[in-house]
Amino acid sequence: MVRVSDEVRRLRKRFEARAEESQIWDAVQLARHPDRPYTLDYAERLFSDAFELRGDRAFSDDEALITMLARYHGQTVVAIGHQKGRDLAERTRRMFGMPHPEGYRKAIRAVELAERFGYPILTFVDTPGAYPGVKAEERGQAGMIARSVLAFCQASVPVVATVIGEGGSGGALAIAVADRVQMQENAIYSVISPEGCAAILWKDAGQAKKAAFAFRPTARACLDLGVIDTIVDEPGGGAHADLDASARLLDTALRQSLAEAEAIPPAQRRALRRAKFRAMGVWGVADEPTNQDF
Amino acid sequence: MTPIEVNVERTAGDEGGGRRHPNTCPSCRSHFRDDELRHSLRVCAQCGHHFAVGAMERIEQMLDPGSFVEIGSELRAADPLAFVDLRPYTDRLLDAELATGLGDSLVAGSGQIVGRPTAVAVMDFAFMGGSMGSVLGERFCLAADLAVARRIPLISVTASGGARMQENILALMQMAKTVGAVDSLREVGVPYISVLAHPTTGGVIASFASLGDVVVAEPGALLSFAGPRVVEQTTGEKTAPDFGRSESNLRLGQLDAVVPRRELRGELAKLLVLFSPAEEEPTGDNEPLPQTGSDENPVDRVLGMFGLGRKRG
Ligand SMILES: [Zn+2]
Repeated sequence: MVRVSDEVRRLRKRFEARAEESQIWDAVQLARHPDRPYTLDYAERLFSDAFELRGDRAFSDDEALITMLARYHGQTVVAIGHQKGRDLAERTRRMFGMPHPEGYRKAIRAVELAERFGYPILTFVDTPGAYPGVKAEERGQAGMIARSVLAFCQASVPVVATVIGEGGSGGALAIAVADRVQMQENAIYSVISPEGCAAILWKDAGQAKKAAFAFRPTARACLDLGVIDTIVDEPGGGAHADLDASARLLDTALRQSLAEAEAIPPAQRRALRRAKFRAMGVWGVADEPTNQDF
Repeated sequence: MTPIEVNVERTAGDEGGGRRHPNTCPSCRSHFRDDELRHSLRVCAQCGHHFAVGAMERIEQMLDPGSFVEIGSELRAADPLAFVDLRPYTDRLLDAELATGLGDSLVAGSGQIVGRPTAVAVMDFAFMGGSMGSVLGERFCLAADLAVARRIPLISVTASGGARMQENILALMQMAKTVGAVDSLREVGVPYISVLAHPTTGGVIASFASLGDVVVAEPGALLSFAGPRVVEQTTGEKTAPDFGRSESNLRLGQLDAVVPRRELRGELAKLLVLFSPAEEEPTGDNEPLPQTGSDENPVDRVLGMFGLGRKRG
């Protein structure tokens, strides 16, 4: 038998009730809506000045992930975000927001720049995942994601991450280790896409809906599980229904989260951020010793 | 849209398709008794193929006999999502524990290699495809804590299909959690050696496993973020037979070495010496370097024990 805490029991009860299932699938579709605002749509509305920093200084400029110096409420910040494309040509150029290793190398470059000048980092997470191609693998996709996660762990400047659409797998997490993590109301965040999960566990990608119900990629579930700090409201009908209103709501939440991140003493930020993620996970304790004989 | 993790249910080395006895070599079809395989460190005596090794047997192979002390063995997955796919997650966990005798896919603890203390975190692919969930993350952190507290190196051996989907977002967060543990080692200057065994993929290779101060791999291991099947299905690209294999990764600059299993303990012992503090050397500029096997030089002493003595002029 495995002993678990009362809190875990409460969570299980809530999830077992299988409530909110229609909202789960709505969120999956809204998070991927073709008109949903992307990083650049928010950058236009949130920042008074912005200068895009392009290229990883080693191989190329990966347009699936953008980095910029920007002015946010009078102070300079470094913004890092995935960027999907609006039309087919742009989507192809930006690889549907799926970065190659050079995208993450560019992100690391931006983190280092922020660190040199003490600028806060704001990230905007919106990717189906890191690009799963042969070239991406050959150029060290896994190692670069790991190094990006490490760079965010080590930053001593304030970091706020917001999942604005799809938070897909390691490709999303690579820029989502932060002092405060926010998720928009209809954004999703998961270890694999519902389709990928269905293909593996149900042996049928067509069962994506069932998979989504089972693994609950929603903001509410992420908040309940202690993975995010804040749910950011969206206008009625979803973020795409009113980009300006959506940006205003994001701005309000972002200012608050950034203020909280800035309030952490810089000397403690790295340790506290590490402790924050260390606390993530749920486990029980076995009543019986391991390695029994059978 | 894009499945990123590889199939965690796939068994190591089943690319050839069809059922095969686990003790039959997939590359040369030689068959071995289990005690023969155990004796040969689960390396095929005919062709050198590396079979999968369970976590406890790997620890036996690597560490000095009787030196291993386990930590976190009582931790068990708790299934907060009450996850059911074709079967409940709790049933899968129970089956995995019965099959492996382990509480989860990673065993943590401390031990010695040729008398030098080290923390260890060793994965077992047989436990739900070596998938990474909350228990793995916590056990890895416990091993790192121990390394930091005693200022001893950490060695991990990984074999994983990626993150454990049944824990979804919490599984993903274990990437951040384990990388944070590596950061805690770096902060105090404790060495971390990562050994990649077949297969190390998905969230495990995209987090702690890639961040060793030294990263080595066993021959022929599949080491990639996305597995070949996922790459082919999502991008339509063909993957070469050596896609993601240790030898390709070495050529592409992702690894320090490919180390056959028979040499692994010796190489780890050498690294533990190299990462240990400087020792008093005899003074005098023109004094000859100590001879192989001499008690003066710890590197040579260890190499001598494995018959790997260096030639000296
Ligand atoms: Zn063989």
